[in-house]
Amino acid sequence: MSSQAWINLAYLVASMLFIVAFKLMTGPRTAVRGNYLGAAGMAIALLAACFEPNVQETLAARGGWPLVLVALAAVIGAAIGATMAIRYPMTGMPQMVALLNGFGGAASTLVAGAELWNATATAREAASPLPAWTQFAIATALTGLIGAVTFWGSLVAFGKLEELPQFKKAWTDPNRHWINLGLGLGTLLLLWGVCANPSSNLLFWALVIVGSVLGCTLTMPIGGADMPVVICLLNSYSGLAAAAAGFVIDNSVLVIAGSLVGASGLILTAIMCQAMNRSLVGVLFGGLGTTTAANADDVYAGKVKSASAEEIAMVLEGADRVVIVPGYGLAVAQAQHAVRELANALEKRGTTVEYAIHPVAGRMPGHMNVLLAEADIPYEKLREMDDINPTFPETDVAIVIGANDVVNPAARTDPKSPIAGMPILDVDKARTVVVVKRSLSPGFAGIPNPLFAADNTLMYFADGKKAILDLTSALEKG
Amino acid sequence: MITASLPLLIADTAAAVDPAATFIRLLTVFLLAMWVGFEVITKVPQRLHTPLTSGSNAISGITAVGAIVVAATVAAAGYRFGNLLGLLAVVLAMVNVAGGFVVTHRMLEMFQPKKK
Repeated sequence: MSSQAWINLAYLVASMLFIVAFKLMTGPRTAVRGNYLGAAGMAIALLAACFEPNVQETLAARGGWPLVLVALAAVIGAAIGATMAIRYPMTGMPQMVALLNGFGGAASTLVAGAELWNATATAREAASPLPAWTQFAIATALTGLIGAVTFWGSLVAFGKLEELPQFKKAWTDPNRHWINLGLGLGTLLLLWGVCANPSSNLLFWALVIVGSVLGCTLTMPIGGADMPVVICLLNSYSGLAAAAAGFVIDNSVLVIAGSLVGASGLILTAIMCQAMNRSLVGVLFGGLGTTTAANADDVYAGKVKSASAEEIAMVLEGADRVVIVPGYGLAVAQAQHAVRELANALEKRGTTVEYAIHPVAGRMPGHMNVLLAEADIPYEKLREMDDINPTFPETDVAIVIGANDVVNPAARTDPKSPIAGMPILDVDKARTVVVVKRSLSPGFAGIPNPLFAADNTLMYFADGKKAILDLTSALEKG
Repeated sequence: MITASLPLLIADTAAAVDPAATFIRLLTVFLLAMWVGFEVITKVPQRLHTPLTSGSNAISGITAVGAIVVAATVAAAGYRFGNLLGLLAVVLAMVNVAGGFVVTHRMLEMFQPKKK
């Protein structure tokens, strides 16, 4: 067997390991093994790359140094990545994932740029320009573009999730659609240019720059609760960029791994959109309309009941079944450990405690699950929306912590509401609803929540963490 | 004639491969892998969506393979700017790979039942 055949076999093994890794992601226990297998597949693919004929020719001609440099670069990168991954707090997972994702996209762009640079240099020496509209030219252009959009889009997403002051306000310039349209047209023109004239490095980097700006302007208007969709979409892009890079260098393992990731991101994007009852186009270009929303004063006027920790503790004392509904506010207040304490106190009294997780609660898919898992809350108690919704009528107390739009009954009752038709957690059907919230300020959708004014709702105005701690001590005293 | 001037671009060592045939072969791989991805990933439960995102994120660092090849393929004329870009790509892709797998592992560890 030729050495190329062995390399291809190694790539095949790596690809199979990636597929098995995804397959094992179906359960928390098997997923650990899946992650190891994925890493093993990656190691095999990276080793095999060192035996590619081009690399071996270089080694034969120049000795080991080129590969030593590569190994050094790889070790530096891996050390940075691992340090970031170990040091970053668990509550910052959404921005951490966004950042790593961006690096993957940037790497793909650089691979395409590097291939093009060296290819044009070789072509110049041979005095024959690169042929137009080849797979190489088209794939190089696409890789450069998708990678650039991924990198800058991810950086903006990181800035938003990290709540850097520059990104506090979503960019809502009324002309942004025209700007994006202009940038989009410029992108298409440059794409055509690179494909038609691949010998020009200048055109390629111009495409990368315009793609970078587009990555920023497409992500900047999107904020808050729509972030999970953006994260999934960028994740998908980074995979597609890697797949496109596979077309550049004619390498099947890049194509396979890239398309697996592309598919994964697309599925998650679809799931997130579905959970908000919004179209992808709406999320990317819409922004929520707020004109039809009911007036906050009409909804709340004189009907909101505020309660103290002691009063709520009394209600909880008589409860057999309590459901906790976490939202992004829980992550902000870092109240996951406090919630665990409260649940412990309730369970000691014989109360059943479960958690209702809305698919888009938080800032990335599955955000709440990770947050509560960090506080050692067993995952069997974290229940998905469709599973727990029928049980709310038999629930004595539902405690909503830092969630708003995902428990807004207007989605069910008011067809004119901007969130009409969005699947929600039916907490209003519980006997008593306790809402822990700092104020009556609206959620991401910018609309009032009739739940706060409902007869069976008690509002507890306080910071999430302090509120839960006070509630726990009131319960333990009582 | 034209393809012969691009020895570095064509991974297949077999000479005179029809470029359209190469494209169709890769397109086949791409579409089938997408299909497998859809089938496998729709079965991942909601509570594992964050580890799924970070794990797939790590796998998208596969572009490191391309980065290694382009960085370590030095022309007879010597190092070019492209090799430098390739080295930078190796660093970035490895941040993605190592960071992704480690962070996924950290998360999945939290999902394990604790022995008390």
